[in-house]
Amino acid sequence: MLDDFMIRAALAGIGTALAAAPLGCFVVWRRMAYFGDATAHAAILGVALALALEMPIFGGVLVAALAMGLTVSALSGHGFATDTLLGVLAHSALAFGLVAVSFLSGVRVDLMGYLFGDILAVSVADLAVIWGGAAAILILISRRWSALLTSTVSPDLAIASGIDPRRAQYVLTLALALTIAIAIKVVGALLISALLVIPAATARSLARSPESMAMLAAGLGSLTTLGGLALSYQLDTPTGPSIVCVAAVLFVLSLTAAAARR
Amino acid sequence: MTMTDTSPLIEATGLVVRRGGNVALQEVDFTISRGEIVTIVGPNGSGKSTLLRTLIGAIRPSAGHIRRAPGLRIGYVPQSLHIEPGLPLSVARFLALPRPQPADRIAEALNRAGLPDLHDRRMTELSGGQFQRVLLARALLERPDILMLDEPTQGLDQRGSADFYRQIEEVRSELGCAVVMVSHELHVVMSASDRVICLNGHVCCSGAPDVVATAPEYRALFGTGTKGALALYRHTHDHAHDHDHPQPDHHHEDHAI
Repeated sequence: MLDDFMIRAALAGIGTALAAAPLGCFVVWRRMAYFGDATAHAAILGVALALALEMPIFGGVLVAALAMGLTVSALSGHGFATDTLLGVLAHSALAFGLVAVSFLSGVRVDLMGYLFGDILAVSVADLAVIWGGAAAILILISRRWSALLTSTVSPDLAIASGIDPRRAQYVLTLALALTIAIAIKVVGALLISALLVIPAATARSLARSPESMAMLAAGLGSLTTLGGLALSYQLDTPTGPSIVCVAAVLFVLSLTAAAARR
Repeated sequence: MTMTDTSPLIEATGLVVRRGGNVALQEVDFTISRGEIVTIVGPNGSGKSTLLRTLIGAIRPSAGHIRRAPGLRIGYVPQSLHIEPGLPLSVARFLALPRPQPADRIAEALNRAGLPDLHDRRMTELSGGQFQRVLLARALLERPDILMLDEPTQGLDQRGSADFYRQIEEVRSELGCAVVMVSHELHVVMSASDRVICLNGHVCCSGAPDVVATAPEYRALFGTGTKGALALYRHTHDHAHDHDHPQPDHHHEDHAI
């Protein structure tokens, strides 16, 4: 069954969508969309690092995304407006990454594959990495769900209840770096944020509790991936962007549904 | 009220807090024992909220020590709380943060708060008064040893805040918890307190409410320093509760509003 590239692509997409859903909810609730963007852009720097050191892409991207996430967490609140800081870091990381990759002479790099994903070329080994990473992310987030949610509602309330909100920030940064590392193959560095934010934003107008929003986002994300794959197969369009297009259409439909319900 | 248990719930000595280059708190000492109601008063920017948040552990002091009783359970009611509209949070779900609570305890907490019908209402759809009472109900669900309230009646009308304070006193006598309150509604607050701390970056004066109300430091701060509303409250307070004391001098500003 795993011999079929479409099956592998679908499984890769669903695994990524499941991991991205609860994290995407936190990205929406904590207004971290730009933070996600910056971390994802650092992935290209990670790709260059991995190619230069001849290590697995997954490892390089994970290290770069984690470094970026921790840098932003540490710098924010030290005199820079966070969105300015993120704007500087996101695009610098992307630019340095692109330049660094160009120095790697002798390596023929399919940059497009890392920028926009190459889901149709997912191997069985990639699938193992994606589902392993997704399981790790889901375990990490579900075990700390309540503390993460309380810290998101109010850091001070969390502290009064004996929860350290900085820890929540680190947990989310780690989960984000992991998600980016597994999603770069699926949608690419430029579109990862879309996979995080759009399903969560779609679920938001339909959900009645934080938990149901995360589950709805997981369902919508999976549906989106399958829809994008089908669209790309039918119309011969690039797969990663097709997935994001389907996600965007579902988002607009959810707004219409929510408006009709009122 | 029993003051026999002498080991303090929180004891802070020599607290210094710097915020953005300014000194927000200078050498502040603070102690509270089981069952006490302590009110912190002071003008805007005097460090009242900073002191409360430092005692909770949300702000790290640059000098001084804070000792909390081991296993101390804190019920904190912040000055304001913004709930992100994208977060679908019902009142019942909010009350169960961070620890799940049995349904009957949630129902009981809502009944006690006078909000039995709001179980499934979204937090973002509550009125200011309802929101404050839900915050208090949540703080009480943890069965706190100490309740810490930061201007809890902000945005409530006179009647609403009087109800709120009555509820706090009920809670104190039921649960026996200590209460620390930050407020500028002196006329209501001071009558309910065992001890008042008048803060203006440092502790200006402290003691029983009637002692503080007549202290020159207090009157310097509230009588002439802030003119309008605060002085008006003192004015009201004096008439409402201090009939057997001689009337303090009234400045013209006292009548300005």
